[in-house]
Amino acid sequence: MRDQALWTWHVLAGLVIAVLLGLHMTIMHLDVIVGVFNPADPHPIEWGNVVARARQGFFLVSYVVLLGAALFHGLYGLRNILFELGLGTGAKKGVSALLTVGGVALFVFGAWAAWAASALARAL
Amino acid sequence: MITAPTDVTFRIRRFDPLTRPQPAWEEHTIPYAPGMTVLDGLRLIKETRQPALAWRSSCRMGVCGSCGMFINGQPRLACNTQITQLDGLPVVVAPLPNFAIIRDLVPDLRPMFDAHVALHPYLIRDDTAEMAEPTGEYYQSPEELEHFLQFTYCIKCGCCMAACPTYATDAAYSGPMPLTQAHRYNADSRDGGFAERKAVLAGEQGPWKCHYAGECSRACPKGVDPARAIQLMKRQLVFAYLRLYAQPCPSKVLPKPTEMKRRPDVPEAPAPTIGT
Repeated sequence: MRDQALWTWHVLAGLVIAVLLGLHMTIMHLDVIVGVFNPADPHPIEWGNVVARARQGFFLVSYVVLLGAALFHGLYGLRNILFELGLGTGAKKGVSALLTVGGVALFVFGAWAAWAASALARAL
Repeated sequence: MITAPTDVTFRIRRFDPLTRPQPAWEEHTIPYAPGMTVLDGLRLIKETRQPALAWRSSCRMGVCGSCGMFINGQPRLACNTQITQLDGLPVVVAPLPNFAIIRDLVPDLRPMFDAHVALHPYLIRDDTAEMAEPTGEYYQSPEELEHFLQFTYCIKCGCCMAACPTYATDAAYSGPMPLTQAHRYNADSRDGGFAERKAVLAGEQGPWKCHYAGECSRACPKGVDPARAIQLMKRQLVFAYLRLYAQPCPSKVLPKPTEMKRRPDVPEAPAPTIGT
């Protein structure tokens, strides 16, 4: 049951990454066509555009969701690679615990950074 | 492909836990005969040079699945491999990889069959009385048969298991043959055992570690596509986890021709014109 659940979430996280990373690439590289997300200047990484996006709740949510999906997708893949090294049951449990703790810590830190950037942008 | 030689050299890996505890290579040159298979060559070597050489074989026609061996770097059936089919000589023969060796070219296939049995490779239904004493055939349309037909051609030779890079490194993974056979029954419209098999498949023994190298499908001497079965099974299990898949009720027993009623829109057959 556990592997079935993990694999399903791995696939769903991949779909989320495809959509949100697609959105990110669109904003960053198709800026001439999709100017709506870059109101300050044509260049997407100009300070004014970064602040304008950070003020929007949609981008805060999408950054946090993308962070969670990318961390889960990547760390699950890393777990599978490590398991193929022929680890014993104890080592597998240790690797899973380490990756879970590391993943949660990175997610909390990243989510806090996204929220702080959003709060800073709104204060400007 | 090579042109027919006059002599063929066989390089065979020998191992005997009692007399030869370290595996070693042995070479034998034998005369080539047109149409000679690797199994024919091994038989000739056993009859004329090495009576103690051991391997498994039975039908000599690619049906029983006994003579799976590692021939010139590929898992193949010895009876189904012509000498002239090989890319080059000598003929290098070793036991199937990914299995322990019992002796010479005899691999220990018990882990494969243990995993096979654990996945309940048979029809599971509630009507146990009908299963024990069948009164007729279960209904199955040609379209329903197509869903699993190719997977029934598996002869359990172990070539796919020997080719699988995941099975080589992960002892918990069931491997392509047992998983394909589990899917063969999951996809059978007469079967109702998906939930029972899922109890095993949802865990570490399931298809999750397959990274779709596709070597199993390339190695299969019967043209079965285990990689496809594994991906279809993954999809079925993902949908089941998301509660988007419910196994349909197993098909019912087909009424006997004498019990069937003719559809009113189908006219009766005309009276016979001969033999009356």
